[in-house]
Amino acid sequence: MRTGAQALIEGLKQQGAEVVFGIPGGAVLAIYDELSHAEIKHILTRSEQGAAHAAAGYAKASGRVGVCLTSSGPGATNLVTGLANAYMDSIPLVAITGQVPRAMVGTDAFQEVDITGITQPITKHNYLVTNADDIPRIIAEAFYIAGTGRKGPVLVDIPSDVANSLCHKEAPAELDLPGYKPNYKGHPAQIRLAASALSKAQKPLIYAGGGVISAQASAELLALAEAGGIPVVTSLMGKGAIKEDNPLCLGMLGIHGLPAANWAAMHCDTLLVLGGRFSDRVMGDRCKFAPEATIIHIDIDPAEIAKNIAVRIPIVGDLREIVKEISAEAKLEPQKDWLVELEEAKDRNILVFGDRRRNDESGEELLDGGAIIDKLTELTEGKAIITTDVGQHQMTAARHYHPAGPGLFISSGGLGTMGFGLPAALGAQIACPEQTVICVTGDGSLQMTLNEMATIKSQKLPVKILLFNNKSLGLVRQLQHTYCDENYFAVDMVGNPNFLMLAMAYGFENLRIEDPGDIEPTLKKALNNGKPTLIDCSIPKDEMILPIVKKGQSLNEMSF
Amino acid sequence: MKQTLSVMVVNQTGVLARVAGLFSRRGFNIESLSVSTTEDKNISRMTIVVDGDEGTIEQVMKQLHKLIEVIKINNLTGTSYVDRGMALFKVAAGAAERAEVMQVVTIFRANIVDFCPNSLIIEATGSESKIAAIEEALRPFGIKEVVRTGEIAMARGIKAGSKKGGDAK
Ligand SMILES: Cc1ncc(C[n+]2csc(CCOP(=O)(O)OP(=O)(O)O)c2C)c(N)n1
Repeated sequence: MRTGAQALIEGLKQQGAEVVFGIPGGAVLAIYDELSHAEIKHILTRSEQGAAHAAAGYAKASGRVGVCLTSSGPGATNLVTGLANAYMDSIPLVAITGQVPRAMVGTDAFQEVDITGITQPITKHNYLVTNADDIPRIIAEAFYIAGTGRKGPVLVDIPSDVANSLCHKEAPAELDLPGYKPNYKGHPAQIRLAASALSKAQKPLIYAGGGVISAQASAELLALAEAGGIPVVTSLMGKGAIKEDNPLCLGMLGIHGLPAANWAAMHCDTLLVLGGRFSDRVMGDRCKFAPEATIIHIDIDPAEIAKNIAVRIPIVGDLREIVKEISAEAKLEPQKDWLVELEEAKDRNILVFGDRRRNDESGEELLDGGAIIDKLTELTEGKAIITTDVGQHQMTAARHYHPAGPGLFISSGGLGTMGFGLPAALGAQIACPEQTVICVTGDGSLQMTLNEMATIKSQKLPVKILLFNNKSLGLVRQLQHTYCDENYFAVDMVGNPNFLMLAMAYGFENLRIEDPGDIEPTLKKALNNGKPTLIDCSIPKDEMILPIVKKGQSLNEMSF
Repeated sequence: MKQTLSVMVVNQTGVLARVAGLFSRRGFNIESLSVSTTEDKNISRMTIVVDGDEGTIEQVMKQLHKLIEVIKINNLTGTSYVDRGMALFKVAAGAAERAEVMQVVTIFRANIVDFCPNSLIIEATGSESKIAAIEEALRPFGIKEVVRTGEIAMARGIKAGSKKGGDAK
């Protein structure tokens, strides 16, 4: 016989959870008491939002389900942004929250909040546990639901008296979820259709989304692309699905994408979409997207099919198997003319990667964010884990960092959550202690969750913070430049701290990049010091992310 | 176009809120919804009438399927099925109009279920269109109050191989 709290910890262990990110409180005292002598590592974050993002970073870097644990009321509501972020980006999480005792539920008790109600639209599923006997089953179901099909966050809300009462049951040998049966096997007739469309294509293109990474289908993608000489573009979430130094890879498409990738999407005759969801960031004006293409869309989630765009050949199921089957079925031949055209299109990327070190009036060479990330790619060979926040620095990182494989570029895509980067780096570093982990952030974003520097320090993690400090909310400033006639309002970060002193206060090493000449020596120093380090990079305010696709325009109408 | 969906769900607290929440946050329009238990006490049936074009209905069904508690969805529209709803009408009918009102009631095979000196309550059961027709017919007498149930619907016959064909587990 054991208590609900004991059954919970037992369940976490059975599910293979090794790490829990969280903050204790009155409603989870019993659970924390049990956790204190369990073989599960607890990471005390500085806010629950940090715990949720850290669990997400952990999940993305390890491919496992991330776990976070908080108290009731404000502890639970602080998770909301993290859960919404995980839901949008299909990140497997299990969030456990304490709740007031059952008898007090519904009475507006101290720190009571209806967290299952609040999180209904931003979780894949959630539970309010009303009987300790249900805990083993619910924990098993929560991990199963979070980590299968289209992955996502699951929340389990446990009233404190349920954690304290006795649990008489074990997890069932088999889960009984009649309404949850993810479909993995692709329809054979559809697979044949897709294979034949690809075999006939003269201008084929693959758009790889985040689904390729969560389905661990990179090898299958590469095999298909190489067999058919099919070029590949990725979404932000798909970065790392294929190595970007592969000549077939044209990089990221979308409104902040690379000109060559966008050109290819607009000119292909057959577009094979693997685990992508046709977000508005990817398509620009959706009515003008890929006008000539027969679209083949493969996704694990049937609801993604035909949600944002009509597709000719939909296939629902596990990407990895389906791509293999298409490769086996198709008779592919590299299309030489198309590949020549693409090589020419690649020249357009010079607009992004070419000589962009502009001189200001004084004639001095300006520090350029892209050059920093280029050097970072070179020094790390793309093998470091990069997490990003949201803003111009994120787009610079996405355009210039070339991850050597999946799971090495971790960013907030669907929700665009400022404050994600640092806690995600913490989680990633816990998952991969041997790897270099670098958070590329902005001065706006960093200040949303910089308290996690303390967690990083407490865990003795050598996380690097590469701060693109432009003393402004750069991306919003850029939007105001473009859409508000340069009426800059509420974007100057007046009152920023001295970040180097701040780093010192948190026990971080602190370095500075002010001139182009600082880039290489400073990055080298940071990458080799084995310590948590903040690098303050003085990025000019006026640096813009260009070219860009403006509102209502198609991907081949990029503005410079 | 209006479509009638028959949705089998696990009978659990919160499932109605989940379904209703899904409709509002995805901008789908529920015309009517009714929930009841079924021959299997673990399963409830929701009959949802929803208005939208083909693409919208497809998204509604797919999004409903994503809810863990939803077991099965049948779009009855275009198939052979029976649907019924009920309505109560309070009609201001004094002695002078009663005979005429009673004629309408007889024609539509409705019932008078309450009788007061200057009003009647009429109960009508039937398909959406029948109820609409009786409402039209009663309107000239002065309808004071109307209350209607959501539609309930059931496919005709027993489909071979259908898991939830009607026989309880
Ligand atoms: C939590 C949150 N609040 C607001 C926004 C809107 N927003 C998008 S980018 C941005 C500015 C980001 O500034 P910073 O982190 O300094 O990055 P920069 O663009 O300057 O590189 C803002 C406010 C957001 N994405 N997330």
